[in-house]
Amino acid sequence: MECLEKRALISGIGQSAIGRRLSRSALDLSVEAGLRAIADAGLDRSDIDGIATGSGYAVAPGASPVFTTDVKEALRLRVNWYAAASDSTQMSALINASMAVATGQARHVLVFRTVTEASARTALPTVDPAPRVEGPMQWRTPFGAHSAANWIGLVAARYAHEFGMTREQLAWIALNGRRNAMLTPEAVYRTPLTMDDYLAGRMISSPLCLFDCDVPVDGSVAMVVSHVDTARDVRSAIHIEAISGPLYGRDTWDQQPDLTRFAAADAAKRLWARTDLRPQDVDVAQLYDGFSFLALLWLEDMGFCGRGEAAAFVDGGARIALEGELPINTSGGQLSFGRLHGMGLVHEACVQLRQLGGERQVQGEPRVALVTNGGGPVASAVLLVRR
Amino acid sequence: MTKVSARVLPVLTTLNTSFWTTGREGHLSILRCQDCGAWLHPPAPICPDCLGRNLAPQPVSGSGVIESLTINHQAWLPGDAVPYTIAIVSLDDVPDVRLTTNIVGADADTVRIGTRVVVLFERHDDVWIPLFTPE
Repeated sequence: MECLEKRALISGIGQSAIGRRLSRSALDLSVEAGLRAIADAGLDRSDIDGIATGSGYAVAPGASPVFTTDVKEALRLRVNWYAAASDSTQMSALINASMAVATGQARHVLVFRTVTEASARTALPTVDPAPRVEGPMQWRTPFGAHSAANWIGLVAARYAHEFGMTREQLAWIALNGRRNAMLTPEAVYRTPLTMDDYLAGRMISSPLCLFDCDVPVDGSVAMVVSHVDTARDVRSAIHIEAISGPLYGRDTWDQQPDLTRFAAADAAKRLWARTDLRPQDVDVAQLYDGFSFLALLWLEDMGFCGRGEAAAFVDGGARIALEGELPINTSGGQLSFGRLHGMGLVHEACVQLRQLGGERQVQGEPRVALVTNGGGPVASAVLLVRR
Repeated sequence: MTKVSARVLPVLTTLNTSFWTTGREGHLSILRCQDCGAWLHPPAPICPDCLGRNLAPQPVSGSGVIESLTINHQAWLPGDAVPYTIAIVSLDDVPDVRLTTNIVGADADTVRIGTRVVVLFERHDDVWIPLFTPE
């Protein structure tokens, strides 16, 4: 099997201001991130001939406020190819961009992901009080299961029942994220978080407390995906070794045969089938933590530990620390850095591989980085390599 | 415990009406393929197993087991009476189908994964919402 994503690399990255309420337009944030990514690649906007974004199933207010055509128009780009992915994994814009450069549809694709979920929440009620609900939400909202905190709370509760996960173990995803965010100037939450703070945290949907839920922000992240033939023309070359985003199982939170086995397992299996690298080759991992528990699923589904062993793996926080055997979520993850719906984690993987992490830089010149997105009914993953 | 005060109701469609309204007759019903016997939930226009279109709602016992549960403490809508218990329940006579629902009529600390439950209905306008309570 020839895996054509190996013909793509990430040549530049950029990030806008990130914050709880920035009072700036989504398009303004998008072009800020986009121009930084283009400059970081050592390119000019006239070099960009493709553009992609993705909303990844997100329908919440502010979850996907900018179209590719908005950015194209603002920057007067001339694109040979453009695509937005709505029914998709969070990582689909990166998958699509990789395919676009691999097939010659474009040479340098600007990929961006913008959210204004923090501002949107101040302007609207928490949940749109629609008098009636349709589609998949009709199986949840009539029962007050409005939030992913409820759906994932159910999965986490089942996992705790089967494998004995404790809150003190789960806490380490949040605590590890916070201690890394404290070393990350752009992170949203940078004050210390102790185990006592965590255990006293307001319960949202048991066993998930406030600190298990990621933080909505305003911000944009961007990257340029280029063909490998341009490697000598661009300033950095983080190669896409393998990328995957399958959809095999039931697209629900409650109908799969095993209530603690989701698309993360399928994305992992497919990722490892597309590379000769193995879990032990990964130097740093950015594991999706829209909810802390999802990072545990990724740890075992990716093969860093056995089935049911993820809670023990993170217990005490040493293995997953910056100096540990598998540093994870090095800029704070979505729990403390902020929720850029997975693409922020790709940005941080590139930062680490390029050794631009400053105080949070993983030592030992990391060469292989794993990024995962989603993990429930929808999941995707990418393996990035510095050659 | 567990009274979600602000029920958001489903839009009734040709596919889902039987699920949301047969509570009027006092029982739960699940869509079933009349050709191969597969159960379909959520309801769909075609059997995913045999691709048959001969589908009909079939009454089921309404008894089952709690597969997971979470206590929701967050008021997502104005007027939500928190805390309330959300559960995933498997049905005794309907393999491979689970319902996300509420557990009512019991103290939260008396129900757990494995507790046997039975359906009851809460009527709102033209919708009979299937909830569960310990047997």
